[in-house]
Amino acid sequence: MRDIGQVNNPYHDDKVIDACSLFGVMDTSGGRFSGEGIIRAIANMHVRGNGLGGGFAIYGLYPKYADFYALHVMYLSREGQREVEAFLKDRFDLAYAEEVPTRLTSGIIQPPAVWRYFLGVGRHKPEEQSEDNYVADRVMEINTRLGDAFVFSSGKDMAVFKGMGYPEEIAAYFCLEQYQGYLWTAHGRFPTNTPGWWGGAHPFGLLDWTVVHNGEISSYGINRRYLEQFGYRCTLQTDTEVVAYAVDLLVRKHGLPIEIAARVLAPPFWNDIERCPPGEQKLLRTLRQVYGSLLLNGPFTVIIAHHGEMIGLTDRVRLRPLTVGVKGDMLYLSSEESAIRLICPDLDRAWIPMGGEPIVGRLGTSPQPQPVTIGEEVTSDAN
Amino acid sequence: MAQKETNRVMKIDASGVSYRELNARLRDMTSNGTSKIELRNVYGQRYIGTDLGKPVNIEVFGTPGNDLGAFMDGPRITVHGNAQDGCGNTMNEGEIIVHGHAGDILGLSARGGRIFVRDDVGYRAGIHMKEYGNKKPVVVIGGTAQDFPGEYMAGGILILLGLNLTEEERHKAKFIGTGMHGGVIYLRGIIEDYQLGKEVGVAELEEKDYQILQKFVGEFAAHFGYKAKGILKHNFIKLFPRWLRPYGRLFAY
Repeated sequence: MRDIGQVNNPYHDDKVIDACSLFGVMDTSGGRFSGEGIIRAIANMHVRGNGLGGGFAIYGLYPKYADFYALHVMYLSREGQREVEAFLKDRFDLAYAEEVPTRLTSGIIQPPAVWRYFLGVGRHKPEEQSEDNYVADRVMEINTRLGDAFVFSSGKDMAVFKGMGYPEEIAAYFCLEQYQGYLWTAHGRFPTNTPGWWGGAHPFGLLDWTVVHNGEISSYGINRRYLEQFGYRCTLQTDTEVVAYAVDLLVRKHGLPIEIAARVLAPPFWNDIERCPPGEQKLLRTLRQVYGSLLLNGPFTVIIAHHGEMIGLTDRVRLRPLTVGVKGDMLYLSSEESAIRLICPDLDRAWIPMGGEPIVGRLGTSPQPQPVTIGEEVTSDAN
Repeated sequence: MAQKETNRVMKIDASGVSYRELNARLRDMTSNGTSKIELRNVYGQRYIGTDLGKPVNIEVFGTPGNDLGAFMDGPRITVHGNAQDGCGNTMNEGEIIVHGHAGDILGLSARGGRIFVRDDVGYRAGIHMKEYGNKKPVVVIGGTAQDFPGEYMAGGILILLGLNLTEEERHKAKFIGTGMHGGVIYLRGIIEDYQLGKEVGVAELEEKDYQILQKFVGEFAAHFGYKAKGILKHNFIKLFPRWLRPYGRLFAY
């Protein structure tokens, strides 16, 4: 990626409350709902971010074009757009294209043009390659070879909306209250060691995988070099990108269940493994040996999503927060419980999972409050 | 912001009120001699009760934000709900009573006052609490804790009751008292050696320990409507720091 518009703090504020805000909500029965609630929830954690990035991922978004890959592209110049559109025309069947609708919003400064393309692969791919791999390769190609443009969303029936600003400003700018989906994630950014810019906002995604992240991936270099061996190219100047590619590799390409992938990203400590039963010990040792380079070091909480699943995960010593809320078929994940309570005051249950313990929401499975919990009613042996 | 005065009880509807405005309001009210303040519809406002130096009762309905009661010096805050992270941060005097659970770093760097949490707490409860002379913070947790309770503890009393565990169930926490170099942890229920940090020793309770438990478990039980006798008849262990300077040789050269 060349000539990206890196923007340093345009607000000249001196706030020091440093943390990102994460929020995720999923109707596990598949019902679609508007973004009104999650926009309020993420805005309630306004002080965690600093206006240098906000974004949303929405699943079940484009039922009319559900069979087409929905590529969302940011353009920094007209030439970039011409070049990418010629490229797309040449390598895909174009079903529909439009500029993503926006409205004038205070706080949104110098936005790039954002377009979406609904694409079929059809006869374009080599016979032996899957459609997903073909699309992922083309995304990498655009993001590394073509200038002044990058693809930041590339799944079917879902999309990422993101940019520079507070998340509630980004939501207003892209008119997100008008969309419906069965799974939403959101992020408010406080960039620490990489620049704040439109492409660096969360969520990060590839195909229908998206990640929002609070923390920093100290192992970025190791993770990145490992992923490059599988053809992934990190172009967005942010550590979070490796998480999106890591789950794509582990779950989509290598076929691991998400619970196992979570054990790769946040493996138990060696001395915890030694106390496991023999079978589990062997599995956990093998995972650490095979996928050692995908261990995420450093403080993190992530909410990972793809069609049908939403996963919350923290690092093993929980250096970043995550609270879970359940109400009927609805599963909520958030940096702060107050944001969940704001939009769902009568939760069945709210708890804080252990560090490294994945919380998984699945379509068709009512969320089960975990047995290992915080907030359990005090039992009768108190008397 | 709606408010009305009834018998010196002030009520604030905190809906949509920023943390700055809310805390400024609390400061104004306490300086006017208000004895009780009810906060309704609290959704994540931070630092509630910060810097207040008067013995006022603050009742919080909803979910207070991070650093509840930070630097507080005298008030009693009662939370009807759960507390988030950093509850009681560097508190000097006063009381926080949580009718629910609390998040990470409960009572971090507290130097006085008391915190009672009915249910569980997150990571690093009581991290770097300290004491000096008659200033001694006390944290009583009704449920169990996640990892690193009492981390780098330099003083004060941390009591972990595990009331929601069954008879055979171990406490959840590992790395208990890692880096501890002062104060004491009382733990009711079962733990294995590997759950303890390298810097703590285990001891049987003495008479003066039972007196301490009697007092603070008594207060805990009174706050939440439990029977202290039932809680105290179970076995407790005492965890103490084995060294005053556990890392003294690590950084000296």
